Parts: sequence; C-alpha cells; structure tokens
Amino acid sequence: MSKPYDASMARRNRIRKDIFARRIMKGLTVLAGLLVPLMLLALYLRARPILEAQPLTELLTSRVWRPLKGDYGFFPFMMGTFWVTSVGMVIAVPPSILTAIYLAEYARPRIRALISPLIDLLAGIPSVVYGVWGMLTVVPFIEKVAAPLLKRWLGVVPLFNSENPTGYSVLAGGIVLAVMVFPIIIAVAEEVLSAVPQGLREASSALGATRWQTVRHVVLQRAAPGVVAAVVLGFSRAFGETMAVLMVVGNVIQTPHSILDAAYPLTALIANNYGEMMSIPLYDAALLGAALILLLVVLIFNIGSRLVLIRLIRR
Amino acid sequence: MEPKILIRDLNVWYGDEHALENINVEIPPGGITAIIGPSGCGKTTLLRSINRLLEETDGIKITGQIILDGIDVYARGVDVTDVRTRVGLLAPKPFPLPMSIYDNVAYGRRIHGLQQVLDKGNGRNLDKIVERYLRAAGLWEEVQGRLEAPASRLSTGQQQRLCLARALAVEPEVLLCDEPTSALDPISAQRIEEQLRSLKEETTIVVVTHMLRQAHRLADYVIFLWMGTLVEAGPAEQVFDHPKDERTRAYLSGMIG
Repeated sequence: MSKPYDASMARRNRIRKDIFARRIMKGLTVLAGLLVPLMLLALYLRARPILEAQPLTELLTSRVWRPLKGDYGFFPFMMGTFWVTSVGMVIAVPPSILTAIYLAEYARPRIRALISPLIDLLAGIPSVVYGVWGMLTVVPFIEKVAAPLLKRWLGVVPLFNSENPTGYSVLAGGIVLAVMVFPIIIAVAEEVLSAVPQGLREASSALGATRWQTVRHVVLQRAAPGVVAAVVLGFSRAFGETMAVLMVVGNVIQTPHSILDAAYPLTALIANNYGEMMSIPLYDAALLGAALILLLVVLIFNIGSRLVLIRLIRR
Repeated sequence: MEPKILIRDLNVWYGDEHALENINVEIPPGGITAIIGPSGCGKTTLLRSINRLLEETDGIKITGQIILDGIDVYARGVDVTDVRTRVGLLAPKPFPLPMSIYDNVAYGRRIHGLQQVLDKGNGRNLDKIVERYLRAAGLWEEVQGRLEAPASRLSTGQQQRLCLARALAVEPEVLLCDEPTSALDPISAQRIEEQLRSLKEETTIVVVTHMLRQAHRLADYVIFLWMGTLVEAGPAEQVFDHPKDERTRAYLSGMIG
C-alpha cells in the first residue's frame, strides 16, 4: 500500500518544484523589465525641481552654466556629448563594418577563429584603461602631430582649426570612443552577416558574380537592418561612455567649434560634480536632469532603431 | 559527337571522406542528363564540381579535370566567374535575391556589365530580356503587373521559376539543376519539368534527382552513382531498360537505395 502513495508524493513534489521554478523565473523577468520604467520615474521625480524652476526649452538651449547663481544651461554639455559621439562614430563605423565583412565573408575559418576572440577581448577592457591610454598616447599625439598637421593642411576649414589645441579635445575623445566601440559593432555585424543563408550567396555566385558583387548587392542588402542595429548598439555605448571620455576631452565648459577644441559631455558633467555642493537643491536636480536626458536619448535611439528593424524585416 | 562536358579522373574529398572516386564520364550536348543514385552517393557533389561551386566548401580537395568545350574549368588562368556565367545553377530551394522580381532577373546581366553596352543602343533592352526569360520560365503571366514587387512575396513555386528565369537570363550553355523540384508541390514541380523539357534544345541540362520517376520523365541520358563511384552511364533507354550492372538493376527495381 505504501508504494503507490510514495509515487504520488514524488509526483506532487515534482510538479510543485516545476511551479516554483516557473514563478521565480517569471518574477525575476518582470523585475528586469520594470527596471527601465522605474529608473525613468525615479530620475524624473528627482529632476522635477529643475524642470519646474526653468522651462525645458531654456534648459536645453541656454549656454550659461553657473550653478551658484542659478543658471543651468545644458547646451554646451549636450553639444559636447554630440560632438564626441559623432566623431567617435565617424571614425569607428567604416572600419568596423569592413572588418566584419572580412571576417564573415572572406576570412578562412581558422583565421576567423583566431581573430574574433581577440576582438571580443577589446570589449572587456575596463574603460579607465582606455582613458589612461588616451591620456598617455592619444592626447600627446594630437597635440604634437595631428593638430599641427591638420592646421597646415586643412587650417582653412574651421572644423580642423583650434586656437588652443592642447590635445585634450573632441578628437581625442572620439578616437578613444571609436576603439571602445569597434568590438561591439564588429561582433554584432559579423553575427548578422553570418546569419545570411549560404544559399543566397551561392545563388549570386552561381550567376558569375564576384565575391565583392555578392557581398555588396546581396549579403549587405539582406543584412542591412542588422548592420544598422549593430551601429545603433555601438552608438548607445559611445553615447553613455563616461570615464574614458572625461579623461581626455578637457572638460572645458564651452560649445566646441572644432574637433581640436576641448568639450564637456553630459556624462562627464554628472560624474565630475555629483556629490559636491549638494547643499544647492537645484544643482542636484539639474545633474539628475542631465542623467534623464541621457537615458531618454538612448531609449529613443533604441526604440527608433527597433521600429526601423521591424519595418525592414517585414518588407 | 563531341561531348559538351568531359569529366576525367575526378576525385573529391571532404576532409578524410572520399566523396567521389575516379569519376570518368561524358555529358553530351543538348538534352537532359539525369544523375541518379541513393542519398549520399555524391550526386550533388558531382553536379557542383561542374560550375566550381564545390570549391567554396571548407576543407574540400578536388583533383581531376572537367572539360567544358575542350577547356578544363579547373585549369590555371580560368576565371571562375566566367565558368559560372557559362554554367548556370538551379538550387533545390529557391533563394530569391533581396530585391524586386525585375531586378532578380536583371541581376546576372547587370553584374556582368553586359547591359550598359546593350542599353546604349536601346534603352528598353533590359525590359525585353527580363520579359523574355520570365516567359521562358513560365512566370510572365503571373508577375507582369508587379515586376517591382519584392521577389520574397512570391509563392515557393513561383520563386523557383523566378530562379530559373534568373539563371536563364545570363544565357548559360549548361544548366545544372540540383533536385530542382524537391521543395515544390506537384503542380509547381510539373511546371518546372515542362520548362526544363522546353529548354533542352538550346541548353545542355544536367539534373540531379533522387526520384526515379522524375528521371524517367526527363532524362535523355542517365548517370548512376553508387557510394561515390560511377556505376553506369548512357542513353536513358539503355540504362533504364537494359542495365549492364547488377547494382543498377537492383536500384532501378527498388531492391536497394
């Protein structure tokens, strides 16, 4: 009599464990999904004093930043972020995509197996190490070599001419960011290109297309949405990067006019000042407002790129 | 009669696996040659060696000669894109290129730069070529109003006929078909077979099939492979009705494979 009883106990236990495991995992998943809205809400609540004290348009367009006198203009910092990120992406995107194409379409499996992990390693290096590299190598290089050369060759173009080229500049931030973003764009783009079915490549080469024609007209066409996603992912990373950038951009509160000018990105503003002078309540709110702006921009970019992706995939 | 394709001492290895052993066979010009045999006997390997698509596979080793109109396609100095322009391919599954129906058919002409030359004389030339080959593949009536639609919107059967039109538009001398109806419903399969029969006057067609009935319907010549070796080859009536080899007889009667 005891045997069937034991069996049903074991059975019930088994099912109970199943329900328990499912509930725990479900709970954790919901929690993870709630994190972004919760962060948005918390940042909004903490930033509300500054949003009430100054209209949003004024916050975003004012160039004056004097916390002690109650002037909180984000414009120079937003421009700093914009310039550094843009320069970083301009430097990073073309070589990353070409590298990904080489790895996915041309490299032999052995070379691919050797190089891919090396590139992935780049993504794991702490950003402060990149910052130190930037200070020791990139900044002096720009000051002593790049700035004078750019001035001599392209000095007429304001973009490449600065009155005070110290090396600590948008360009230095951009170069450091580019190196940090390479592995992300390369890894994702390579993945996306490899996912293009082999039969599609064969269809093209069986018509007598060269490898490059196949890549250019077929593989890239098919993988375009994914390549865009790879770039957006890299952008998000560059946009929010703090430590490495603030070590090399100079942190001068000004709107840059040249890639050789110093800049002061939003992330650096928060990192350098949060925790100081917190006796001024609006100051605290202003810095959290800057964090809110960062989060919103990254969110908008991610959602936008997802929408583009969905539309491209349906087509 | 000079053979269109002469295969001489062909050996293929996938790593350590000897996939084809000492294949020597002739494929006559015109007509349909069917390569038959059970799964894994090397039918597709043999087919893909002809347009040199085989060499894209990792870890492959190919020796021997494949002589197309007197010239070994594996000889040094032969341009592989040139070989593939002369030898077209219809794959088992349709892979429409990620572009419009029109652009799929025009693709081959455009990548070869043939079109710029022709377009100078007549701007509408490419339109005519696209129409001609969509007709040749039996697809024109169904797509003529929506040539700019993405090819991916077509049904699988239509996509396979589009792939046929795309292959024909390059005007290959030889058309290789690798199980060309295996992904299709019977009606679509029948249409592909009809198109192949109507093309066999101008084009040398080589069809790989594991369906004996399809081989019976299509073939003028038959090549029978067994475990990577060539067992028997010859005119269809001879191989089907009076097979010389015991294995051919057993395979045709359904006793093996």
